[in-house]
Amino acid sequence: MNGLALVGHQFRYDQKAFWRNPASVFFTVMFPVLLLLIFATIFGSQTVDVRGGIKTTTYYVPAIITLSVISATMQSLAMSLVIAREDGRLKRSRGTPMPPWVFIAGRVGNSIVVALIMLALLAAIGRVLYGVPIPWGRLPEIVVVLVVGAAAFSCLGIALTAAIPSQDAAAPIVNALLLPLYFLSGVFIPDDQLPSGVIHFADAFPIRHFFEAFFDAYVPANGAAAAISWGNLAIVAVWGVVGLLLAVRFFRWTPRSG
Amino acid sequence: MAEPVISIRGLRKSYGETEAVRGIDLEVMPGEVFAFLGPNGAGKTTTVEILEGYRRRSGGEVSVLGEDPEHGGREWRERIGIVLQSCRLDPYLTVRESLELYAGYFRSPRPTDEVISLVGLEGKAEERASRLSGGQQRRLDVGMALVGDPELLFLDEPTTGFDPSARRQAWDVIAGLRDLGKTVFLTTHYMDEAQRLADRVTIIARGEIVARGTPEDLGDRESQPATIRYRANGREVSLRTATPVQALHELTGRALERGEDLEGLEVTRPTLEDIYLELTSSSSESGEAEAAEPVEAAE
Repeated sequence: MNGLALVGHQFRYDQKAFWRNPASVFFTVMFPVLLLLIFATIFGSQTVDVRGGIKTTTYYVPAIITLSVISATMQSLAMSLVIAREDGRLKRSRGTPMPPWVFIAGRVGNSIVVALIMLALLAAIGRVLYGVPIPWGRLPEIVVVLVVGAAAFSCLGIALTAAIPSQDAAAPIVNALLLPLYFLSGVFIPDDQLPSGVIHFADAFPIRHFFEAFFDAYVPANGAAAAISWGNLAIVAVWGVVGLLLAVRFFRWTPRSG
Repeated sequence: MAEPVISIRGLRKSYGETEAVRGIDLEVMPGEVFAFLGPNGAGKTTTVEILEGYRRRSGGEVSVLGEDPEHGGREWRERIGIVLQSCRLDPYLTVRESLELYAGYFRSPRPTDEVISLVGLEGKAEERASRLSGGQQRRLDVGMALVGDPELLFLDEPTTGFDPSARRQAWDVIAGLRDLGKTVFLTTHYMDEAQRLADRVTIIARGEIVARGTPEDLGDRESQPATIRYRANGREVSLRTATPVQALHELTGRALERGEDLEGLEVTRPTLEDIYLELTSSSSESGEAEAAEPVEAAE
């Protein structure tokens, strides 16, 4: 098999393993759906003071899609790669003729596909249950933003594995990084209720920029604003490149413990 | 004469101050099952991981299938199979899927069904790895190393922690590899495993080779001193002697003179395990009673 065919081969088995793993299905697929249902149920009748006032559900659909993309990429990769590394499975695959980049590409491909599935699922739930329109006209922009974000957060997740010493440490470290930033970046709590200092702080990290870029693509602005917020997307991409460089330098295939 | 598959000259490996491997030489010929035997911490895994290309050596020359493992590329990896000392399987893939995933990594893999029967997992092909017993998982692990149809197979402690029947099954699988003409580099800390499977055995202890030969040579019990054991006044007495006939004569003669009995009298030759333990124990920690030569130690 040539490189690309091999990536496809790896991807097929990663998909099987992903959908059969109850933990990955719950945390990556069910949990964002649950969050959307909870937020929409609790705050559904209110409005959010952005874009001159929008329905809360219109705010939360792109917010939770943002979360689900980060969850399918950074969170899922950091956890599953650390588990595979400490199991010795990465080391074993390194002992075969498969080039290392093929393995990583298969995993990243798996994450991006899951992120796209989450986009479709959450957008459909938003449309059917809460009447949040799906911006079909902007689909290309939405997919571009999502794929750039998914790739960047995949790189960050792979880089993060280098800082996780054991399987047990994976979930606490990943959640300690992501959960506060979801709150501070306006994913859980709408922008209009966050102090500006908090938003400035969150601007130092990629989640806020990815959320803004995705929100701009998903929720049409009044007037003729560009569908893609290139500034925010560029910052996300730079984070991704930094993650990639760190991953290339520090990623390890052999177990750290035992 | 054929070229050796593995050739090592003066191999050294240090971790900081500690020297794990202190200048070892060995050769493995095509088609042989070579056992590298030693206790935990003797330097076995360090050596095998240098041969597999996972670790860099500190000194010496190493050639595996004609290449330096530190620079072994994709072509070289097509020709070797590796079973790591501890490695789990993907719990969510079936036996067949795990093998097919790995088959895709190699240019000319062995057919999956053939591998399944080689490792004795017929009837388990559609079972997920998480539902297999420990012994079955290990055999699938071996199958994943065989799927590329390698010339050379590394097995690092393949039966550690197994119950006797699982060990027996794993041995059958490894014995079958010899029939396929594979060269096998087996590390183990079980003397009986080496004896059962290997054409040649090399024993390593504290980073140095302490013995090498065929299992028959190493297990030459006739040339080993015998141990005489009995109880006197409720105390265990154990003597070691190169001349058991004479020692017994004196002992029983004295006992008859004094009208004493020698309860539980027995004369034993060391087992293979004893020989191995003696070769690999350092002089400071040989705690066995019989280590204190010469005769009449425990009186």
